[in-house]
Amino acid sequence: MAAPSSRLSGTGLTLAYDQRVVATDLDVVIPDESFTVIIGPNACGKSTLLRALARMLKPKTGAVHLDGSVITSLPSKEVARRLGLLPQSSIVPDGITVADLVARGRYPHQKLMRQWSKADEAAVSEAMKATDVAELADRIVDELSGGQRQRVWLAMALAQETPILLLDEPTTFLDISHQIEVLDLCAELHEEGRTMVAVLHDLNQACRYATHLIVMRDGAIVSEGDPTKIVTPELVREVFDLRCEIIQDPQSGTPLIVPEARRRVSA
Amino acid sequence: MNVRVGTWSLRLAPRALLVGLLLLMAGFLVTVAALSTGEFTVPVPDIVGAIFGQGTPVAELIVGKLRAPRVVTGLLVGAAFGVGGAIFQSLTRNPLGSPDFIGFTAGASTGGIVAVVTGGSAMMIAGGALAGCVVTAVLVYVLAYRRGVQGYRLVLVGIGANALLLAVNSYLLTRANINDAATAGAWLTGSLGGRGWEHAQPVALALLVLLPLCVWIARPMRMIEMGDDAAKAMGIRVELVRATAITAGVLLTGVATAAAGPVVFVAMAAPQLARRLTRSPGVALASSALMGAVLLTAADLAAQRLLAPTQLPVGVLTAAIGGTYLVLLLRKDRH
Repeated sequence: MAAPSSRLSGTGLTLAYDQRVVATDLDVVIPDESFTVIIGPNACGKSTLLRALARMLKPKTGAVHLDGSVITSLPSKEVARRLGLLPQSSIVPDGITVADLVARGRYPHQKLMRQWSKADEAAVSEAMKATDVAELADRIVDELSGGQRQRVWLAMALAQETPILLLDEPTTFLDISHQIEVLDLCAELHEEGRTMVAVLHDLNQACRYATHLIVMRDGAIVSEGDPTKIVTPELVREVFDLRCEIIQDPQSGTPLIVPEARRRVSA
Repeated sequence: MNVRVGTWSLRLAPRALLVGLLLLMAGFLVTVAALSTGEFTVPVPDIVGAIFGQGTPVAELIVGKLRAPRVVTGLLVGAAFGVGGAIFQSLTRNPLGSPDFIGFTAGASTGGIVAVVTGGSAMMIAGGALAGCVVTAVLVYVLAYRRGVQGYRLVLVGIGANALLLAVNSYLLTRANINDAATAGAWLTGSLGGRGWEHAQPVALALLVLLPLCVWIARPMRMIEMGDDAAKAMGIRVELVRATAITAGVLLTGVATAAAGPVVFVAMAAPQLARRLTRSPGVALASSALMGAVLLTAADLAAQRLLAPTQLPVGVLTAAIGGTYLVLLLRKDRH
């Protein structure tokens, strides 16, 4: 059963694509109002787990629970009003404007004969303001930079107005300043009371932004909890096969992983 | 632009509305021209009378029995091709995903040719075309299926099926006797010549049943264009919508081909032209239907009048008009 303190959890999950099993008997609990980051080496199953939590992938065994119900037993649109997902890659429709794309996030709240309520309008302008894309409203999405485009996708997910938002590698393909920009935005959304779950690649960024870190390897959760408590050189070595030193991030006070150096510049 | 009445609200794009109105007007003008002009001119005021049995016997025969069924069949077939094309271009996210490129029209042709060479009646040719289209679509869908159907795989499998079926069609024609081959050849170009109400009725019925279905799936289809995960995250049952769309698209294409033969280019060009005129993101079903109807009837009118008294099959003209217009638009897109 799902723990009462958590709206989103998975129990006894076996996750597989066709015959290729990625994870077996996985239990996971997403703490409410946390910024949970799932991390691990390539092919550890972190994106697969996120996809299962977002009901994109049906587990072979076990179940994902949302608010105490098996997620697949709930009406699909109903789930979409509680839980949003920003997929790793989405296709920008030809010639669509920023405002139109963000407006598509309202789909789960609409019906054939109720296509554009005042609540829809408010949610869209709110989402565009939060992601700082309001000035871009009439621009064509295809013509934006990678960082702007990712903010627009985030705005679409925000317009969905879900209390839980899952993000599959939201910073991939972005340069460092845009990565920080997107993660700062996620942190803000978290501070406003949303439960955020993100798959990230960069361990230092994960430590900096996560309030709850889930560390995976080979389809299993190796460790989870507050990054300042669980991230140790031993853990990094066990999970990533990397020798490192851990210091305090001078900016945020969170753990900062410094990989062992092969050479040293002479002073 | 938003329209709100109580808890009802509709979102309308002014440009799409304007384009729709213009297309309706164009369709009306083409219809009037097709009914009025020709070897025997029926003055415009007499057309209404002729249709409702108040005109001269000659006008009644020419307008009511010959021209009206032809132009109505043209409007309906054009609309069906337009929607069928729009559906598959949306599903495959590719203009080349139209039924005339992914083998469905070729499969319909195979069915039609088989009916011709086995000495079938006009009804059996139509049935053969519909059956050929459906069977091809099922095969392409099954062959392309792997954890759901991805657009690019549908296009690739479809292009393969298309090539194969064109070879089969050529082979069937070489084996047929000269009369059958001539009949089949004429049918294969696609023509509205000699179409009566019995040709218009099945297409009208198909549109009546399938268009409401298309209204229901239009919005989820637009979401699926952003990718399966993005659509599922919005609460859309992707495979259900896709299966419904494929069924509707195949039936519309099959019924249209059964009525007029495999008229090329309408299914491919109509949605692309409509999209460019309305500047709507993604494929728009309603404007594609109108555009298909106007395109086909205008082409048929031109085919009858351009080289009169020589009558061209409309398929020749649709290829010329649709192709030329599309090339021009694609050139413009590059700037």
